[in-house]
Amino acid sequence: MANPLTPVLTTRWTEPKSWTIETYERTGGYTALPKALKAHPDQLIQQCKDSGLRGRGGAGFPTGMKWGFIPQGDGKPHYLVINADEGEPGTCKDIPLMMADPHSLIEGVIITSYAIRANFAAIYVRGEVLHCIRRLNAAVREAYAKGYLGKDILGSGFDLDVVIHAGAGAYICGEETALLDSLEGRRGQPRLKPPFPATSGLYASPTVVNNVETIASVPFIVNGGSDWFREMGRDRSPGPKIYSLSGHVTNPGQYEAPMGTTLRQLLDMAGGMKDGIPLKFWTPGGSSTPLFTAEHLDVPLDFEGAAEAGSMLGTTALQIFNETVSVPWAVMKWTEFYKHESCGKCTPCREGTYWLVQILQRMVAGNGTASDIDTLLDVCDNILGRSFCALGDGAVSPITSGIKYFKDEFLALCDTNSKVLAGANA
Amino acid sequence: MTIAPDKPTAEVAVPEGHVKLIIDGVEVIAPKGELLIRTAERLGTVIPRFCDHPLLEPAGACRQCLVEVEMGGRPMPKPQASCTMTVADGMVVKTQLTSPVADKAQQGVMELLLINHPLDCPICDKGGECPLQNQAIAHGRSDSRFHEHKRTFPKPINISTQVLLDRERCVLCQRCTRFSAQIAGDPFIELLERGAQQQIGTAQEKPFQSYFSGNTIQICPVGALTSAAYRFRARPFDLVSTPSVCEHCSSGCAERTDWRRGKVQRKLAGDDPQVNEEWICDKGRFAFRYATTADRIKRPLVRDEETGELRESSWTEALQVAAAGLAAARDANGVGVLTGGRLTVEDAYAYSKFARIALRTNDIDFRARPHSAEELEFLSGTTVFTDPDNGVTFQGIEKAPAALLVAFEPEEEAPIVFLRLRKAARKGTKVFHLGQFTTPAVEKTLGTLLACVPGAEANALNALPEHASDVVDLLGKPGAVILVGERAAEIPGAFTAVAKLAERTGAKVAWIPRRAGERGALAVGAVPNLLPGGRHVANASARTEVERTWGVEEGTIPATPGRDTTGILEAAANGELSGLVVGGVDPFDLPDPALAEKALAQAGFIVSLELRPSAVTAHAHVVLPIAPAVEKAGSYLNWEGRRREFGTTLEGTGALPDCRVLDTLAVEMDADLFTQTPAASAADLARLGEGASSGSSLNVAAPLQSPAGAGKAVLATWHRLIGNGSLQVDEPHLAGTARPVVAKVSETTAQQFGLESGGYVTVATERGAITLPVETDDLPEGVIWLPTNSGDVTVRATLGAGHGSIVSVSGGKS
Amino acid sequence: MTHAKEETTFDQSTVDRAQAIIARYPQSRSALLPMLHLVQSVEGYVSQDGIRFCAGQLDLAEAEVSAVATFYTMYKRRPCGEHLVSVCTNTLCAALGGDDIYATLKSHLGVGHEETAGEPGTPGSITLEHAECLAACDLGPVLQVNYEFYDNQTPDKALGLVKALQSGEKPAPTRGAPLTDFKQAELQLAGFFEGRDSDLDGPSAAPETLRGAQIAKDRGWDAPKMPANAEFPALPEKK
Repeated sequence: MANPLTPVLTTRWTEPKSWTIETYERTGGYTALPKALKAHPDQLIQQCKDSGLRGRGGAGFPTGMKWGFIPQGDGKPHYLVINADEGEPGTCKDIPLMMADPHSLIEGVIITSYAIRANFAAIYVRGEVLHCIRRLNAAVREAYAKGYLGKDILGSGFDLDVVIHAGAGAYICGEETALLDSLEGRRGQPRLKPPFPATSGLYASPTVVNNVETIASVPFIVNGGSDWFREMGRDRSPGPKIYSLSGHVTNPGQYEAPMGTTLRQLLDMAGGMKDGIPLKFWTPGGSSTPLFTAEHLDVPLDFEGAAEAGSMLGTTALQIFNETVSVPWAVMKWTEFYKHESCGKCTPCREGTYWLVQILQRMVAGNGTASDIDTLLDVCDNILGRSFCALGDGAVSPITSGIKYFKDEFLALCDTNSKVLAGANA
Repeated sequence: MTIAPDKPTAEVAVPEGHVKLIIDGVEVIAPKGELLIRTAERLGTVIPRFCDHPLLEPAGACRQCLVEVEMGGRPMPKPQASCTMTVADGMVVKTQLTSPVADKAQQGVMELLLINHPLDCPICDKGGECPLQNQAIAHGRSDSRFHEHKRTFPKPINISTQVLLDRERCVLCQRCTRFSAQIAGDPFIELLERGAQQQIGTAQEKPFQSYFSGNTIQICPVGALTSAAYRFRARPFDLVSTPSVCEHCSSGCAERTDWRRGKVQRKLAGDDPQVNEEWICDKGRFAFRYATTADRIKRPLVRDEETGELRESSWTEALQVAAAGLAAARDANGVGVLTGGRLTVEDAYAYSKFARIALRTNDIDFRARPHSAEELEFLSGTTVFTDPDNGVTFQGIEKAPAALLVAFEPEEEAPIVFLRLRKAARKGTKVFHLGQFTTPAVEKTLGTLLACVPGAEANALNALPEHASDVVDLLGKPGAVILVGERAAEIPGAFTAVAKLAERTGAKVAWIPRRAGERGALAVGAVPNLLPGGRHVANASARTEVERTWGVEEGTIPATPGRDTTGILEAAANGELSGLVVGGVDPFDLPDPALAEKALAQAGFIVSLELRPSAVTAHAHVVLPIAPAVEKAGSYLNWEGRRREFGTTLEGTGALPDCRVLDTLAVEMDADLFTQTPAASAADLARLGEGASSGSSLNVAAPLQSPAGAGKAVLATWHRLIGNGSLQVDEPHLAGTARPVVAKVSETTAQQFGLESGGYVTVATERGAITLPVETDDLPEGVIWLPTNSGDVTVRATLGAGHGSIVSVSGGKS
Repeated sequence: MTHAKEETTFDQSTVDRAQAIIARYPQSRSALLPMLHLVQSVEGYVSQDGIRFCAGQLDLAEAEVSAVATFYTMYKRRPCGEHLVSVCTNTLCAALGGDDIYATLKSHLGVGHEETAGEPGTPGSITLEHAECLAACDLGPVLQVNYEFYDNQTPDKALGLVKALQSGEKPAPTRGAPLTDFKQAELQLAGFFEGRDSDLDGPSAAPETLRGAQIAKDRGWDAPKMPANAEFPALPEKK
């Protein structure tokens, strides 16, 4: 049984100047790369499959399987694209990782590129995190200088170029096909699938798109092996995971624990609820994952556990709200976010979020009626599963789950036509 | 496609490349790769849609066409967009007809589309033919639950002089942007902004200048895009729609002409997969008011002996005067016939027959543009015998491994050929342009420019095996094509070189003239050396065959080839011809307008068949009004050799087709044409059938190029699609979308002549000078390009020059 | 294809930088997003001239560039101030006080979203915006100045910060490099860091960031020990 906290990705973060290549190499960095380059690429793919590593960007797709989808010997260039467009409300794990330990990502990128036979990789970082972009660029320069990037890496004959690509403010670019369009210099609107990125991704060539935390795990798996990785977490969701606690907790922050850790356990380590005010609702993995309440404190937070309890693991972004916060208000704020970030491509998401925001704003302003709740739910039903990509699905999560657990609060707004409960009173 | 019967009696065999699936309980066999929405449609089930268009790549954006799908016995968790999902074996599909989930999904999307849609149907041009309106009535809710604020935009925006955009009506289906990017290659309208503020727009000060912009109006599923020409003019349900064929270029596009109270209100693209698919160019769509100009000639005119002015007359008088004058001229030194390039087959045939039996001459030529004997040899030996079965076709271009374009500007001269080339190129056809610079068409056909000095094209073709063997190799692949344009007639040796290259590679050759009537005129013998059906006039048995079929005396048709256009004009100018019969010819399109002027001034007797006053009517002794295309029936032979028949759109206007006028005139001259109506003319022509090719002997050598000399450059020139053409009068909105009138030179040439990009250049000959802005581009050195007839730039009228002429070049305004 | 040269405010060094961006990618159009950041580093926003510049460098239609420039919130339509102040008002930060911070700054500066107090580009001019989630939720409420983080803000702290900025001071961010200005930040977003190596040492490890790692260290919790020589699996057989 693993410890309550299992720092793997976060273990170097406490080192002084943790972001430099000197620190990285001093603490065991770039030892996986020479090992990997001596192995056959297919062995790396198999090892990744064996480890059970699942994508840390929210969907939890088995990483090794994704790599295995890349057609080999097809004569086309292959690409690795790192999704570092961290923007899901509540999510704040990849940015600190890249700021504190960029080389773990770079080393993972090199190994993964070798495995999928890619000679060009891009790290697409949201534009608003300049310090992170700075550190990544420096890390890439250092890696080139040391011969970990460029031509004939460590004499292996393998070539790789890496570019750090700054986004420009669009949540939708976290959707992998929108990210690819954006990386190609277009509007970040999702692409039709099929064809999938594995066969027709960046520049219509086979492409793997993986999350930062996923790829940063790769050097550790190469060094530790798949069995070691599986010593943490649960059978179908193995490994360590960075849980990001935010909001009304005493000690918010990043906690790297085995998959399947519960909020109760995490709260315990985080000093409990702030000022002792009781928990009201929380998101297990960002605002697109349906809300949980105090009932769900013991839900094992891994892909299966969260799903069985009616939500999703998402990005393990635990936004914790206490009893002072109005659910309709919080739902309205999130809906404003989705409306702002809807790319506009498809009707349900574009028009639906436009409508939902207005209903919620009117309700929160005290001008709602009980029938508005029915309209909200029906419009959500017309968006969920009808929109082009998952943004629309995510947009309705706060509303449907908010009404599911806190319908009385919505009704109260209508009954009294008052603003008493509206707004945050923190 | 096969639709299985309702109760299959036996297991239906699935043909190779097909799959079997079930839609709404009915078993269907469909070709692999077919989109569900189309399969359902073939079954008679229309799934509502907005973004879907069969000729555009699937987008899946509007989400209106959601259906339920089951694969391998497992229902897919979400409804699927039937416009993006392809059929698969064993698939079970439930549309709105059988699935409450699909029905609700569709109703939900419809409601969302309508929340921000204005309720301005009563004043919207699309009202009555609006897919949104129709589908909202068929599939939408009867009331609205939306009580919030609708999105509004200041309305409308002129995205070009012709196209207006009402953003609040837009449902963001992206048909217009996808058309512009994918089909036309003109990404000048784009999605701007994001989310609920997303809208269609252009870059600032960069209007939607595309030759194909009108198609976006036609495929817009709402009233967001409208044309300045049609906006607020009519209601669709008050219009009569008549199928028609475009009279502008040689493609022969299928069109639909919508009219009301004797007046054409608009033209739309017809659907003809073999020719124009569902697209037409803006000239074909918007240029039709030439037929209703204030100065249209509606009554016959006879030149008054006393005043010397034309005066209105009766048909009887005009025909008598014309017949008497022509008979006298015929019996003096003879009469030449210039027909112009815009006639229908039926009308051109009447001219051809009129020349032979009423005027007893072979002095007839349809080529109201630069022409050559070499060209005539090529056309009469080869082109006249090609047809869609044995020659190049639109669909053949699409399948060609390679296309070599010689002296041909597809986007300017035959825009629908350009669209097909672009479509082909996007699927892998290699396109080579033998021309002078990287035109937009070169870029948009993903093409390769083979640049040469104007006039050196033949040399360049002859040198291909040596310098570009890859091109020759590609042309050797089955299906490869060579497309030759009208200015090849200005290039000595060009047709000879093309024929040689075709022989060497086996590539098929198509001649693609600019005007709608040229192929037809060639086929019916409106040329000096051919009788109808490609029969050579010098061939005695061919002559006899024609004379017998026509029921005229043997020997009526002169045995020697007649004069060509320039020959006729020269003869008229120096008295060797006594009269002229002139169809729709603009003398300023001729290689030497000064010669034409002189001929018109000198000719003893001129009969002009015309729509509007012109330089010809100014000299004519008799002017006989004729019907524009919209007021008559007939057919064009397009460049493929495909007959494009059309009926009369506006009946009973009293305007007569040329064939009828000539028939009556011939009667006055004791000759019977049997062309009283287009149908009679066509029937008379059909009795002749086809002649046999006597082959061609092309051996014009490519000339040696000599340097242009100090202060001189070689002129490259061709017509632009939108310019000063006589059929584009009275269309200010269309004119506003013309490309800027500029000269082009290379940077080195600019330096050599002291020209500044963005400054002015003066181009001169002994005849005159033209000053216009100059831009640099990738032309060969010592070459300057001018549009032939755009705005103030009238190369033939002002300079008396053409492609390959030597001109003087100097900087600044003269 | 070359066309008539158009007037531009972009000098040769900007052209060189634009070309350097293009050289980073297998296909040139990928350079568009960084190039628009580059344009902002020159003009403080994306002007029509900037759109023309990018279209010219990448051989795109101006409409294609406009389509991209108007999609992303970081590309500004109007000239920005010396500093861009972005206040997170997404749900969690808002609940912790982000809305109040934004309201405070709005009232102090007398401007609204994406508006500028002071003459854009002049010292002390400030463009204010409310931002969506900035991925620093454990440090909320957060705001950014020129995309450097100021964590755990309150209305008072934020007000003090903005007043300092207005008076020409450049208070250090809690995470990030010493402040410069909006244009300099945009230059770095375009990927140009020359002569600014010391920026890297700007702090990043807030206590919150290190919380878990520190607790684990303190309590002696670590991940399972790795085997000395982890073996790769056998090469899978080709299917």
